[in-house]
Amino acid sequence: MAKKLNIKDKYRLLTRDLDWEFSYQDRKKAFPYEEFEGIKVTDWSKWEDPFRLTMDSYWKYQAEKEKKLYAIFDAFAQNNGHLNISDPRYVNALKVFLGGVTPVEYQAFQGFAHVGRQFGGVGARVACQMQSIDELRHVQTQVHAMSHYNKYFDGLQNWSHMQNRVWYMSVPVSFFHDARSAGPFEYLVAISFSFEYVLTNLLFVPFMSGAAFNGDMATVTFGFSSQSDEARHMTLGLEVIKFLLEQHEGNVPIVQKWIDKWFWRGSRVLSIVAMMMDYMLPNKVMSWKEAWEVYFEEAGGALFKDLSRYGIRMPKYTDVACHQMDHMSHQTWWTFYNFGKAAGFHTWIPTDEELDWLSEKYPETFDKYYRPRWELAKEMEAKGQRFYSQGLPQLCNTCQTPIINTELDDPTQLMYRSAVHNGERYHFCSDGCHDIFADEPEKYVQSWLPVHQILQGNCGGPELETILSDYYRMNVGADNLDMKGSPDEQRWKKWKGVA
Amino acid sequence: MSKVYIALQDNDVSRYIVEAIEEDNPSVTVNYMPAMIRIENDHELVVKRETVEEKIGRDWDVQELGLNLITLGGNVDEDDEQLKLTWN
Repeated sequence: MAKKLNIKDKYRLLTRDLDWEFSYQDRKKAFPYEEFEGIKVTDWSKWEDPFRLTMDSYWKYQAEKEKKLYAIFDAFAQNNGHLNISDPRYVNALKVFLGGVTPVEYQAFQGFAHVGRQFGGVGARVACQMQSIDELRHVQTQVHAMSHYNKYFDGLQNWSHMQNRVWYMSVPVSFFHDARSAGPFEYLVAISFSFEYVLTNLLFVPFMSGAAFNGDMATVTFGFSSQSDEARHMTLGLEVIKFLLEQHEGNVPIVQKWIDKWFWRGSRVLSIVAMMMDYMLPNKVMSWKEAWEVYFEEAGGALFKDLSRYGIRMPKYTDVACHQMDHMSHQTWWTFYNFGKAAGFHTWIPTDEELDWLSEKYPETFDKYYRPRWELAKEMEAKGQRFYSQGLPQLCNTCQTPIINTELDDPTQLMYRSAVHNGERYHFCSDGCHDIFADEPEKYVQSWLPVHQILQGNCGGPELETILSDYYRMNVGADNLDMKGSPDEQRWKKWKGVA
Repeated sequence: MSKVYIALQDNDVSRYIVEAIEEDNPSVTVNYMPAMIRIENDHELVVKRETVEEKIGRDWDVQELGLNLITLGGNVDEDDEQLKLTWN
């Protein structure tokens, strides 16, 4: 009987002996995107997946993960799992997740399928192929998990239509468009390293633990099942960086520039996760700031210390990002509360207990800058004067978030930057986004900014209500506005038998 | 101090993996959070097949770790005998 191969041998056979020499085609023509970014690869055989995962093991373990996951989905649906969540407000976090995260998982699938074809090395191609399949699995499991909620709650019905149209969805969507329209190596640094390694833990780990804590068995299960793939993706991200840095010293400044750019882009995308953690989980696990400290400052600190031997430093503007974490979730939720008419989910004023929790978690900022706003909102609501902003927010031309973040030395001043390019003025939320634009203005002048598009008349209207109903396809009056008095809340009370 | 970490789903298989990790890495810190267990250590952490098999009472493949894994941090090195996490 033949001796069973160990995983090192199996991996070598898959990634070394499966390649072939090009005898009658020009190799450069077969991999046309490999050189234009300036990255130099001298030896693809140095690429190694530290998990040494081969296709047979990949299918075996992924199949097991799926079986476990779908058994839980079945049980959740059969036992009316939606009735066991802590509070119906929680479902609004799922609406944000399904609209904001699921479509970009699909973009990640497309992106990895594309770059997986473009690399000359087999190890890289195999890793990208596996990740591409993983990302497609994540889309499917998320849609399946949330289809149960769609039967009982508003706002989950049109996510795939809404992703390319709704103003706040353009933040994650444009992040991935930016990465996918870059070269293959930048894509890997953007997604595999900056997004997966440095940032996705912040979404999939504490938030999913929070989903469990709020009784959402379906979401925690797909979340951890996805994140188990992400552990592999993160590891790939770290290996990509080390591989590029070891291949040629000329790669170091290029990689550093991409790390700077994609860390900053990512930190802006996470503003919506910050809000989900601090405001949308009725039962709290940890604050956004605490999650940032554990998963970015501590874990990222160790990572960048490890990479310093290659001449890599912490991403530019890390200090600004860390400083803004004291403010980010509050400014974001306040913005959605104000624009609650134009949001596809419900907003609310935090309860008194929740306000106290926020005061305790943000002792430097909450009582001073944010609690007074909520006290005012409460007062106005009590007088029947609930305020909805009638305008549209100004968007950053790079990250597409509304310009709502504030200056480090004065949290009452918006951080606002601008630049003139070919006679046109462009607006930014930060120095980070300004610098990204300045480096590639030809790319970012093409940004599809939802607010600009509305004002140019490209989204129907002109009344906000018809833009929401016809262009976004929201059920106006059911999907948007306050949680209080919503059909979601009325149904919940009926199920629970409370007046 | 650079810390490596690993987070596992809180379930009946992970219970034995955590026991094995604690035995092989006596200085680890184990944190229990809703639905998950997060284990961290200074610079290095190792999950050994042999120890997990002893705790769980059956054959256990290091690659099975993926079924209960949530996330990890550190440079990874995996072979048939162990998974190792390190920071320089």
